[in-house]
Amino acid sequence: MSALVIENLHKTYRNGFEALKGISLNVAEGDFFALLGPNGAGKSTAISIIASLTNKTAGQVSIYGKDLDRQKNEAKSMIGLVPQEFNFNMWEPVVEILVNQAGYYGIPRNAAFQRAEESLRQLDLWDKRHTQARWLSGGMKRRLMIARALVHRPKLLILDEPTAGVDIEIRRAMWQFMKQINSQGTTIILTTHYLEEAESLCRNIAIIDHGRIVEQTSMSHLLSQLNTEHFVLDISKPLTMAPELPGYNLQLVGDKTVEVTVQREQSMNSLFESLTQQGIAVMSMRNKQNRLEQLFIDLVAQSKSEEQSS
Amino acid sequence: MSSGHVKRIAYQTIVTKEVLRFARIWVQTILPPAITTTLYFIIFGKLIGERIGMMEGYRYIEFIVPGLILMSVIQNSYANVVSSFFSTKLQHYIEELLIAPVPNWIVLAGYVTGGMARGLIVGTVVTGISLFFTDLTINSYSLTLLVFVLTSILFSLAGFINAVYAKSFDDIAIVPTFVLTPLTYLGGVFYSIQLLPEFWQQVSLANPVLYMINTFRYGLLGVSDIDVRIALVIIVAFIVVLTWYSLRLLSRGVGIKE
Ligand SMILES: Nc1ncnc2c1ncn2[C@@H]1O[C@H](COP(=O)(O)OP(=O)(O)OP(=O)(O)O)[C@@H](O)[C@H]1O
Ligand SMILES: [Mg+2]
Repeated sequence: MSALVIENLHKTYRNGFEALKGISLNVAEGDFFALLGPNGAGKSTAISIIASLTNKTAGQVSIYGKDLDRQKNEAKSMIGLVPQEFNFNMWEPVVEILVNQAGYYGIPRNAAFQRAEESLRQLDLWDKRHTQARWLSGGMKRRLMIARALVHRPKLLILDEPTAGVDIEIRRAMWQFMKQINSQGTTIILTTHYLEEAESLCRNIAIIDHGRIVEQTSMSHLLSQLNTEHFVLDISKPLTMAPELPGYNLQLVGDKTVEVTVQREQSMNSLFESLTQQGIAVMSMRNKQNRLEQLFIDLVAQSKSEEQSS
Repeated sequence: MSSGHVKRIAYQTIVTKEVLRFARIWVQTILPPAITTTLYFIIFGKLIGERIGMMEGYRYIEFIVPGLILMSVIQNSYANVVSSFFSTKLQHYIEELLIAPVPNWIVLAGYVTGGMARGLIVGTVVTGISLFFTDLTINSYSLTLLVFVLTSILFSLAGFINAVYAKSFDDIAIVPTFVLTPLTYLGGVFYSIQLLPEFWQQVSLANPVLYMINTFRYGLLGVSDIDVRIALVIIVAFIVVLTWYSLRLLSRGVGIKE
């Protein structure tokens, strides 16, 4: 079964701006799905419609087979949302935010306290339970929203840039956490501008730009489409000009740093052999760009030129 | 879990949250009306009232007590819902309710109950204070209680509608200052409309607050400027219309949904 099916979703805001121009998506049950796109692409708009925070202009949304218009309450009770912007009562103590949210899903107060404790411990916020939300740090506020989204144990968890402004240690802990709940059966939809995050976590991906889906495929398939990769090599001795290697395009970017573009069919071994023959030893090597980032930039550039020509 | 059960718990949750909210800040919510009405009792009731003589057969302080109690109910029910629902909107935590399987009428009922709770608590406190200044006679317990409750429902609804339309803090201050306070003061809290010239008596009859204050006064003292049955019909009609209108605003998502 699909956790989420969106068909031909349109959204025109009151000011006449068309934020979604007919998007269709299908997210399988149990998936870890990346919804990517540049700023203003329409990701949060789509998510707000799925979560009933924004009215759609046209189209259909169903959650685990329940239509969001016809079986509203059943559909709603399966969704958990971590929105992009903070949307809790800053003056309320942390634990009450969770207990109230649980109450809105029909969980009685005593059980709600247990759920809240469970959620807060998972997100490492239990010590802060009596603190008013406004006194939490930015990263803690994000985690508070994750804890709140989980309190009614949703089957579909949607996270809109959950790791924005979160330090690297906590970000890694969050990744671990998301993987864990995904492996326990929660379907996850993630938006992020950190593409290595999407690459390492997500199995399927959609890229949206200017209110249209420009790509929807599996992560591995998308990455396999990458024709060229750019590497940065640190070499042992200073050079004054880039080495000439037949078939490879090398550029000197520092006296001991070289960038090289490698085609998919070219092997790394022959690159190193040629360099060795010229007496150049490679001390270290890294990708110039994250692979997904490279694809992403191409896809978005392509969609922009299509947009302009149409 | 049946859907009726879910709704009941959602309703209880909103009410609990609302009551905790004003109880926590009681210095801003319960204390000021208690102080203001104490001053009214001292100044208008005791100091000035003793020189005024009788009004409709009662000592002046006895005459104004019902109006002052009801005025505190009106102001506090209204203030509670308008400020609470406006901040719910402003800080976007209305989204906690929008995302959950809570029907609009439960949201409305929850906020209105919160407003009633504050109106009734403040009204009770003010009633308690009035006992230091005069004896309270109660002509009809059931009518008194009925008007007490209906008034708090009516003004909670009005506060809700104000909050839905409000875009800034100024917008939630304008209606109480320019509409609510004049209507209450001119609604016969401090005088019987019999004292007014014929023309202004007729004008006063267009003021809905007049009906509430007079019905409440009738419940306590047994005197009224107007027919109590007509007054009750008018109050209930207002409640029906405002409820319908509030639900319409919610279902159209005015001020809360794009
Ligand atoms: N309430 C609104 N009224 C009018 N236009 C809006 C409104 N909300 C969003 N938009 C516009 O819709 C477009 C899509 O916005 P949206 O927030 O969905 O983008 P996004 O993909 O989430 O971007 P980001 O990565 O920056 O979060 C933007 O051009 C935005 O300006
Ligand atoms: Mg966004």
